[in-house]
Amino acid sequence: MGVAAPLVMSATTFAGSAQFAVSSILGGAGGAAAAIAAAVLLNARYAPISISVAPLFRGPRLRRLLEAQLIVDESWALAARGGRFDRRILLGAGLLLYVSWVSGTAVGALVGDALGDPKDFGLDGAFPALFLALLVPQLRAPRAATAALVGAAIALALIPVTPPGTAIVVASAACLLGLGRRP
Amino acid sequence: MSTVWLVVLVVGLATVALKATGPVLLGGRELPARVAGVVGLLAPVLLAALVVTQTVGGDYELVLDARLAGVGAGAAAIAARAPLPAVVVVAALATALARLIA
Repeated sequence: MGVAAPLVMSATTFAGSAQFAVSSILGGAGGAAAAIAAAVLLNARYAPISISVAPLFRGPRLRRLLEAQLIVDESWALAARGGRFDRRILLGAGLLLYVSWVSGTAVGALVGDALGDPKDFGLDGAFPALFLALLVPQLRAPRAATAALVGAAIALALIPVTPPGTAIVVASAACLLGLGRRP
Repeated sequence: MSTVWLVVLVVGLATVALKATGPVLLGGRELPARVAGVVGLLAPVLLAALVVTQTVGGDYELVLDARLAGVGAGAAAIAARAPLPAVVVVAALATALARLIA
């Protein structure tokens, strides 16, 4: 993909899984349509994720749109504090991750293969463990625990039969359990 | 325009719009109680779904590999009340080790 395209992509898309999908599809035999479809599906989770933190964003529309770009799985997960979200953590962690991500992309695009495979460092097992650690404190309320279990079950059932990314979006429907009576 | 730039542009615009969904459409005000009840469950539900997809997710298949060892070790660290950075390091080490052995 050269140097400029990955940099622009990290600056605008700023979401690892979709970017990795695009580079592997374009690097293989896939065309533009396949790459776009895969990436948009992978990022579709940001609709429910951004809705979950919507009340934290105030001020003019353009400002909300720009600040919203700092929402990424990790900043969002770190900002989740026992049923509420912390705006300063979301934007602070988001900004730190954004700067690291874009500069890391520059390093990767320039020296690339010299760095080795991130899988050798076990990073692909570290992220789900991070999400698990941030999930556990959220499970004290029985209703949250039930919803999480239902969401996990939906995701598990859909992974083998739907395109990557879809399972998370459908699983988010488990939050409709919150429509019932308040605890 | 080359294929690469077309994809970068379209995916970039789509992602900006997806991330802006909540803040632009619903931001700047308190949510009604019923909506807040639903939105409040989004965090545990999405976190649980992320744990599942990132641990065993594959391309149209469930994949049981070194990630499972990493998350298992991470879960043990969580149960032992280890701090967050320690959980992440333990999980990464266990994943790398399991991959080395396998």
